[in-house]
Amino acid sequence: GTPCLQWPYCRKRCSYCNFNKYVVPAVDEAAMRACLVREARTLLRLSQVQSVTSVFFGGGTPSLASPRTMAAVLEAIAGTAHLPAGAEVTLEANPSSASPPRLDGFRAAGINRLSIGVQSLDDAELQLLGREHTAVEARRAVEVARGLFPGRTSIDLIFGLPGQSQSAWAQGLEAALGLCDDHVSLYQLTLERGTALAAQVWGGNLPAPSQDLLADMYQTACTMLVAAGFRHYEVSNFARKGALSTHNLSYWRAEQYIGVGPGAHGRFVPWGEGGCSREARVQTLEPDAWMREVQTQGHGTRRRVVLSPLEQLEEVLALGLRTDEGVTHERWGHFSPHLSLEGVFGAPGEAAELQQQGWLVLDGGGLRCRREGLAVLDSLLPGLLCQLQRG
Amino acid sequence: MALAGRTAAWWARLPSSRLPAAPLCLPPWLPAACGRPCSSRGKEKLDMSTYPVESIRNFSIIAHVDHGKSTLADRLLEITGTIAKTDRNKQVLDKLQVERERGITVKAQSASLFYSHGGVNYLLNLIDTPGHVDFSYEVSRSLSACQGVILVVDANEGIQAQTVANFYLAFEAQLAIIPVINKIDLKNADPERVEKQIEKLFDIPIHECVRISAKQGTNVEKVLQKVIEKIPPPQCNTADPLKALVFDSTFDHYRGVIANIALFGGEIQKGHKIVSAHTKKRYEVNEVGILTPNEQPTHKLYAGQVGYLVAGMKEVTEAQIGDTLFLYKQPVEPLPGFKSAKPMVFAGMYPVDQTEYNNLKSALERLTLNDSSVTVHRDSSLALGAGWRLGFLGLLHMEVFNQRLEQEYNMSVILTAPTVPYKAVLSSAKLIKEYGKAEITIINPAQFPDKLSVSEYLEPTVLGTIVTPHEYIGKIIVLCQDRRAVQKDMLYIDEHRVMLKYIFPLNEIVVDFYDALKSLSSGYASFDYEDAGYQAADLIKMDILLNGNPVEELATIIHNDKAYATGKFLCERLKDAIPRQLFEIAIQAAIGKKIIARETLKAYRKNVVAKCYGGDITRRMKLLKRQAEGKKLMRKIGNVEVPRDAFIRVLKRQTDK
Repeated sequence: GTPCLQWPYCRKRCSYCNFNKYVVPAVDEAAMRACLVREARTLLRLSQVQSVTSVFFGGGTPSLASPRTMAAVLEAIAGTAHLPAGAEVTLEANPSSASPPRLDGFRAAGINRLSIGVQSLDDAELQLLGREHTAVEARRAVEVARGLFPGRTSIDLIFGLPGQSQSAWAQGLEAALGLCDDHVSLYQLTLERGTALAAQVWGGNLPAPSQDLLADMYQTACTMLVAAGFRHYEVSNFARKGALSTHNLSYWRAEQYIGVGPGAHGRFVPWGEGGCSREARVQTLEPDAWMREVQTQGHGTRRRVVLSPLEQLEEVLALGLRTDEGVTHERWGHFSPHLSLEGVFGAPGEAAELQQQGWLVLDGGGLRCRREGLAVLDSLLPGLLCQLQRG
Repeated sequence: MALAGRTAAWWARLPSSRLPAAPLCLPPWLPAACGRPCSSRGKEKLDMSTYPVESIRNFSIIAHVDHGKSTLADRLLEITGTIAKTDRNKQVLDKLQVERERGITVKAQSASLFYSHGGVNYLLNLIDTPGHVDFSYEVSRSLSACQGVILVVDANEGIQAQTVANFYLAFEAQLAIIPVINKIDLKNADPERVEKQIEKLFDIPIHECVRISAKQGTNVEKVLQKVIEKIPPPQCNTADPLKALVFDSTFDHYRGVIANIALFGGEIQKGHKIVSAHTKKRYEVNEVGILTPNEQPTHKLYAGQVGYLVAGMKEVTEAQIGDTLFLYKQPVEPLPGFKSAKPMVFAGMYPVDQTEYNNLKSALERLTLNDSSVTVHRDSSLALGAGWRLGFLGLLHMEVFNQRLEQEYNMSVILTAPTVPYKAVLSSAKLIKEYGKAEITIINPAQFPDKLSVSEYLEPTVLGTIVTPHEYIGKIIVLCQDRRAVQKDMLYIDEHRVMLKYIFPLNEIVVDFYDALKSLSSGYASFDYEDAGYQAADLIKMDILLNGNPVEELATIIHNDKAYATGKFLCERLKDAIPRQLFEIAIQAAIGKKIIARETLKAYRKNVVAKCYGGDITRRMKLLKRQAEGKKLMRKIGNVEVPRDAFIRVLKRQTDK
């Protein structure tokens, strides 16, 4: 089980982001802290997780919270379940709230891995994205972080911005490679409904990059990173020297995770109240409402849906195929003790065709995408889901 | 076919609540002086013998769509006390839900009105007619039971294409015509101009026009008086043997067929044994009555009267429209009858999955039960399996029919491209022997015979009438030329309006002509057409290929001159309608082995969502599952997956050409 804590506040709205986040003049951090602590305890007990494999502070902009909050939450987790000394504890940080003293404070509070939202090393691009920081600030933040969290600093980059050229992206990535540590996340810009950037592109005020350009950018990036010694271990994630994100892997491996905080999502079996099925859970979105609920009933779970065995397998498949290891026989067997991976996908059907066309592999390791297949995974999945539903 | 804004889902004969002996027939406040033959509150049967032939008038109201026909009918019904006078009387005769929802008449209805004039009690049978070009067959059907018509023309819009068409229908049937200029209450009404148009075009003296406002009831009484004075009573005799024309029919799930009849001789009552001249089948009459406008049983119906009959007919086909009924063992010379509705557009319909064949079959049977104008032939194809070839009156009809199958019967179907009924004159002795005739009709492109075995291809044509303000003439002439039309006539009906007549190949107007005409004339031009026989044409069959595999749904018969442009257009549209896939798709138009157009839909090179973490998973799974569901409904051509509605979308969008 891995707790994932949501800090819902930001100082500024980025032009591309549609997450559940709030820009408020003043945050009652003490109240927020108390509620995060309380809900973490409640849900951990409910899940009866014995040992916590990783902790993640996401958001929002959790680096705006004070180290005291992280410390309090980690203390609560350690007091409710076993938190091994080496367990990965990641904090998402923005360069604008990653000054050396703050980062030092976070480390002292128990954070041992940093994921920095660099996004770009070009000021014009950063401005287009509505980011608060400059390229220089981003560089400085990464350098400081690498000093404090050597080998455990990750950076996020975005490509496919309106007007961005293939060469501009390659240059930006080259610069980032000179800066980065052992983990890089590369996200193709997704235009989300309701964001300022999407409105500008859809309204015709900004150009949308062509499909071919995006494919080229992705391919170039993958090639460059692999050449720099990185393992392409998930669609958008790259690591070297084994610096994979344990926490994020737990999503793609369909392990149990416990969402704590406003709008957090979770997947776990509530053994603590006699449940025996995996549930999809969502916490109340709005921070004040969520806090009131936590204060009165110990948690702010707004929605719980029991996942059927088929739905669980659908998630195992759709998420597992995003990784380079794919869906292993072992993991599949854990969710489907009676019908093996070959039993479902070995028979003539979509998977066999996709395998023949060179997108997929089903072998002793399990079912996984080839490199070419990974780039078009979303075109492979509907057919595979059809086959799974028939099986 | 002409898809007007008010176009009707006219075939949608929803199960109407035809309750026997509907008790609302007579409002109790009616003065006894009107001498209505109803003994008490409509519970008992009416005695119709008090209406001799001389006091009967049978008439229709004909008009261009929207000129106020149904509103006039409402007023006539009110004045004669047939319905109570309230604000709620809006299109009383439009019984179908679609008619009321869309404000149109799609199905002829009749109502018997009682009216006292000059000391005589008259029985006025009003047969309301549909107001849309698609239903002109229904108009001529109604006129066959009439001796006169009220021709309604909008005082603002003046004569429109359908006014002309309807006038000629009545004129050729030698009916008395009462011109009525409606909507004189409107601000822009110009009745004088309309009177001049009527005089010029129809040769009716100006003083014969009646200016009315049906909405406000102005001068409506005068219309009734004109009906009595100008329309002759039917020429027939109760002493003659029974001769009844079936001019319409509906189907009731409980009582079977309800036939609307007009008596051209004799009388009819419950218990009579009757015979259909068409089928020679014998029936016993269960019930006769008049429509007021609800069914009102009567003891008898007499010569000259119009009403309904229930006689244990179980299928709509038994009450052939235009059939003559006579008494058993007293045969009469049948009435001429009339042509049945002629389907103008044919398309193949196939179940998406052959295991659904029987379900689809029963859905089709139920849906066509009340709609004799849809023709159904069994058909089969190598690619699509067993199915049907359906004949419709227009593209809209086809679309809505399909929609109803989906909505009401939960049926997913594959529809092929619509085609008009072409003909081929065969030259190959072998084929002539095979078909048993030298001239064949082709309603399915798959059966298009090769040029080598054909001496001539023929295409159906129509004589189209367009009435337009003169400023649009230039654009309209270009449009018509583009549609291979040949001008036959051009006449100024007043200083501002022109009537154009063209011979069109039917296939050029079937899909989108009306829309194109409306859009380039800002909605002011009107259009109507009538059958104009066949003409020789240089026809070819064009196939559309996806990665070399023919798309049977899109195979079309087309004029040689149009092949290149249409092929290019279809390929371009298909490129937009088919989603990118994992491989490149060549979209080609071909005539025989020759490729005349090509588009390439590139393969997906990247299609994977960038972020998928804890909070994204639920939304992601929902979308993927919807896509998986959608995939099951895709039509596979070779390995290309095509959304089921892609083809019809491709065909429909020709309007923005």
